[in-house]
Amino acid sequence: MKPPPFDYFAADSIEAAVQALADAGGDGKIIAGGQSLMPMLNFRLLRPSVLIDINRIPDLAYVRDDGECIRIGPLTRHRTLETSSLVAEQLPVLHEAMGYVAHLAIRNRGTIGGSLSHADPAAELPMMSLLLDARLEIQSLSGRRTIDARDFFLGALTTDLDEGEMLVEVRLTKLRKGTGWAFEEVARRSGDFALASVGITLSHDDGKISNVRIGLMGVGETPMRATDAESLLAGQPFSETVVTAAVDSIRRTVEPNTDLHASSDYRRHLVGVLAEQALSKAWQRATQAAHD
Amino acid sequence: MTEPVVIRITVNGVEYEKSVEPRLLLSDFLRNDLGLTGTHVGCEHGVCGACTVLVNGESARSCLFLAVQLDGAQVETVEGLGTAHAMHPIQQAFHECHALQCGFCTPGMLITTVDLLKKFPEADDEQIREGLSGNLCRCTGYQNIVRAVRMAADELKAREVKEAAS
Repeated sequence: MKPPPFDYFAADSIEAAVQALADAGGDGKIIAGGQSLMPMLNFRLLRPSVLIDINRIPDLAYVRDDGECIRIGPLTRHRTLETSSLVAEQLPVLHEAMGYVAHLAIRNRGTIGGSLSHADPAAELPMMSLLLDARLEIQSLSGRRTIDARDFFLGALTTDLDEGEMLVEVRLTKLRKGTGWAFEEVARRSGDFALASVGITLSHDDGKISNVRIGLMGVGETPMRATDAESLLAGQPFSETVVTAAVDSIRRTVEPNTDLHASSDYRRHLVGVLAEQALSKAWQRATQAAHD
Repeated sequence: MTEPVVIRITVNGVEYEKSVEPRLLLSDFLRNDLGLTGTHVGCEHGVCGACTVLVNGESARSCLFLAVQLDGAQVETVEGLGTAHAMHPIQQAFHECHALQCGFCTPGMLITTVDLLKKFPEADDEQIREGLSGNLCRCTGYQNIVRAVRMAADELKAREVKEAAS
């Protein structure tokens, strides 16, 4: 179909964009890469009164080294993250995940700000932001606030963003030296939304698992952290028993949907298989780093 | 301002100044306003890849772009690639490998291949398959398309070597 009619405003600054959002009184919508928003407009699932284009705002696309953390501008394209040497060096798990984001033509255009604001439960960047404890900077007419990724995703396609707010920066803490990591995903075709996916970072601390973080997606209304499994693994020596316990816990906690592509049971089974593979891969990497 | 907006846009090297409604998709702008019907419209929600064009040199779905966003942009469509008498090496390879049957997906496949081989000139079969995974073809079973992309990659590399030598 074709989009419904709307006004178009090309903002030249963040201030102008949030002013336009405020002026629209809840009926405005920001467009960045448009790779999720445009299909929704074409389907007429959305009928904004005004589309606020942020593509012409200067300096909104960047990946910066800020010591402890990497700062990412909201208009940074997926392809930029995928090919960023800073991301590859400091956040290798994110680098790996970027290869799974849609297709080249979509990655050329889609942005991190758009992906997080859209909050698809089966999209890689929302899950990565959760796994890596991202801090999100949000701006509105009344000023700025910071929110943790874990408080940001409220439901499928629903975030904590108020109608007058815009995501203006994503901050990710660099992985510490020696961190083991893994990203595993199964989709029907390369580039499709994940049926299930698991991201992990952990450290090898004198033979024991520490600092373990497990992110899951495609198996609930939002991406999620497997906090029970993380607690089960923390401080334990790596063994088949403890991995099995973590995998069982993950399968118990998730509530995947059944849809055209896979049943709930299949997704529950799959997420366990992926978690087991990812744990073993991350532990191997951490162990190797500990011995280097 | 659902009022038309005037944009200047360069398509296949030709500059146009057109008045467009904000909701007009780039795909419809190309086909209906410029008469460039080589860009095909399949799903209109970014899944089938048939409408892929180059925007400022990079592949993009023209059904996920608004024409109004493209003031000042350079767009290339399949019409800019080559002609029946002077085909682009990628078109030639598709022709020789019988990489199309009904031809609906072909413009999108060709443009996707341009960007794919620009970014991954050494692409192996796995990378080619992954690179084409966002473009649906319902006729060929993809095998000949993959062969064509491989042939085009070899030809483009050979040309580069020849150019460097001369």
